[in-house]
Amino acid sequence: MATNGAGREIPSRVPGIDGIRPYEGAYAHTPLIRREKGSRTLPRLNKLVDTLEDAIERTGLKDGMTISFHHHFREGDVLTNQVLEIVANLGIKNLTLASSSLTSVHTPVIEHVRSGVIRRIVTSGLRGDLGDAVSRGLLEIPVLIHSHGGRARAVESGQLHIDVAFLGVPASDLYGNANGFAGKSACGSLGYAIVDSQNADKVVLITDNLTDYPNTPFSIDQDHVDHIVVVDSVGNPQKISTGATRMTQDPRELLIARLASDTIAASGYFEDNFSFQTGSGGAALAVTKFLREKMLEREIKASFVLGGITSQIVKLHEEGLVKRVLDVQSFDMDAIRSSGENRYHTEIDASFYANPLNKGCVANKLNVVVLSAMEIDSAFNVNVITGSDGVIRGASGGHSDTAIGSGLSVIVAPLVRGRTPTIVDSVTTIITPGESVDVFVTDHGLAVNPRRPEVEERLRAARLPVYTIAQLQEKAERMTGKPEPIKFGKRIVGLVEYRDGTILDVIREVV
Amino acid sequence: MKNLRRTMLYVPGNRAAMVKDAHIYRPDTLMFDLEDSVPYTEKDSARMLVYHALRAIDYENVETAVRINGLDTPYGLDDVEAIVRARPDIIRIPKTDTADSVREVESAIESVEREIGLEVGTIKLFAAIETPLGVMNAPEISRASSRLVGIALGAEDLVTNLGTTRSEEGIELLYARSRILFAARAAGIHAIDTVYSDVCDDDGFLQETRLIKQLGFDGKSVVQPHQIELAHEVFTPTPTEVRNAERTLTALRAAEERGSGVTALDGKMIDKPMLARAQRILELAAASGIDVNRELL
Repeated sequence: MATNGAGREIPSRVPGIDGIRPYEGAYAHTPLIRREKGSRTLPRLNKLVDTLEDAIERTGLKDGMTISFHHHFREGDVLTNQVLEIVANLGIKNLTLASSSLTSVHTPVIEHVRSGVIRRIVTSGLRGDLGDAVSRGLLEIPVLIHSHGGRARAVESGQLHIDVAFLGVPASDLYGNANGFAGKSACGSLGYAIVDSQNADKVVLITDNLTDYPNTPFSIDQDHVDHIVVVDSVGNPQKISTGATRMTQDPRELLIARLASDTIAASGYFEDNFSFQTGSGGAALAVTKFLREKMLEREIKASFVLGGITSQIVKLHEEGLVKRVLDVQSFDMDAIRSSGENRYHTEIDASFYANPLNKGCVANKLNVVVLSAMEIDSAFNVNVITGSDGVIRGASGGHSDTAIGSGLSVIVAPLVRGRTPTIVDSVTTIITPGESVDVFVTDHGLAVNPRRPEVEERLRAARLPVYTIAQLQEKAERMTGKPEPIKFGKRIVGLVEYRDGTILDVIREVV
Repeated sequence: MKNLRRTMLYVPGNRAAMVKDAHIYRPDTLMFDLEDSVPYTEKDSARMLVYHALRAIDYENVETAVRINGLDTPYGLDDVEAIVRARPDIIRIPKTDTADSVREVESAIESVEREIGLEVGTIKLFAAIETPLGVMNAPEISRASSRLVGIALGAEDLVTNLGTTRSEEGIELLYARSRILFAARAAGIHAIDTVYSDVCDDDGFLQETRLIKQLGFDGKSVVQPHQIELAHEVFTPTPTEVRNAERTLTALRAAEERGSGVTALDGKMIDKPMLARAQRILELAAASGIDVNRELL
């Protein structure tokens, strides 16, 4: 027995209970509690730090660590470049950059790689000059490409250990409750940021909109946040989101969308309470327009729509045709507004969305998904990351997650782009393996994966223009001739990780 | 006479992206243009592009036509030389003012057909009437050649020639349209209406298409794929029309089987015009994708 800090006699050992420790004082073991209890003066405890430099220093960021950013600001992101600039000036080197995705605004990363600030990149996609540079051998260590679900898996399992997550948020209070639908840099869902906030060793929030406490409803909880920095602007609002995503007027894309919609309607998966996800632009988005007509005609409502949300989906929800919206990324102002206003428009995080190894992601519950493709081959493998010249200019994204998770995956693309066939003997890079792809819809007809004979039967019965993929390829090559294969160097510049963590394909150097 | 020419889609002959697969939009006829939509600097490359496209690409069951430059231009004869060898279904003559214009083109086509050993008369003709003189000569133009399968109104310059402007209701074109239609019908060939150039005004397009359908035209020239769907809608028979057409043809079939020469339906005699109308409606319906009793076709 011994006396504790409250003057009580406490046994030092109790049979059947481990780890007995005596009380040592109200402040002894809870460092965050303010010491001035009883004081009526402000300010209260907060996590605010004056500058980004301060924040970085407090995180203890050192050479060789892994830092992360989300891509909810899309082409309007300024933070990644800002933080990297400061990190470079602080002389920190050999970092792993784990951005959920990188776009054409991240060209400065090239210089950071050359100067040794960044040693590795782990991301879903690369575009613009950065994609080009990586394709031509910028990095010594190959870039690791993952899907959205794969990244969540990697982060949650510890395979991708994030030392510091730098999360730009449109609104936060002084203790770290943040959301994405308020403020001048509103971006809607913070789905990718949430996973980082829950798993990184240190979390720095950067905001241009400090709200009152508590900032409810919140997407990122205060109990995951270490430091908060207020800046003038976390992003470029014009480039974060458009007013409303406009439907394509291109007659070819509309033709493809109509055929895809007819395909879905005849597939056997189009019934009341079905769920679906579509791409965010071009023919994939336009499918929504034609699907809506059929939904009205046949009095079919969707139980939920998943994924990147646009004004087209919000319209369907507000019309009552879509019961629930599960939003991992909001693409335009309507989606952002709706995520803030509509009770049944719910933000979800990337793990809930597509992590294949948690207790069940939503992608597994999806009935129909409509995706695009840069290339598809005779085994129905799909490439969405490397162009017809072999250069990286796209992202893995949720493609492989939703293709396999859904009951019916529909890939839409023109048969020929410019003078290049979309169907090739063998895709340059496999992002989504053919086993997960069910139907390929083009402006010249569609092909069904031989693994789905029952779907093919239904589509033929509906008198849709069904061909074999070989026949479609032949049609294309009669127009274009057979393309010469691209010449690659021997060096591997990228590894494509499948959502389960295994390596699916390699990306080779472009010469 | 080919049954359906509800839509004729203009495809500028120098636009490879469109030339290669414009048939995906399923107009009844594809019209590759070497004339007004192609600048002078590209007349030769357009001719070559269309020639090669017609030889290499399978346009499936869409009729192919090529609008050549007039024989009075430096390009017309070369167009004929090349295009006959590419074997489109139709060659379309622009700005046809007289029957002689038709005969001149026919003669040029015939000599190439002979040269390459193609059965004379294989390539059909379409004539576009675009001037007051052409309108007045429509009856002679329509009978100028056995190859001629249709005449079309080209109203772009015509209205200016008349000394007026295009109005919404189109009264200024009434005479031209009627005369062309009558000339076509008297010669037993198709009549096609002019282009509606405001591609953003779908309501205006529909209004004009309904008007010309009511006048009796077989179809409309279109310049944008989305106009095809609109025009086909106008030319699609209503369910009532389809039902009546099926009943008419069924009654006739039954009468034939009985060996009776005369048939009545709903107390009225079915005469030849009724029969022709019923057949036409059923063909239009079938082409529009409506489920019809195909045995009656």
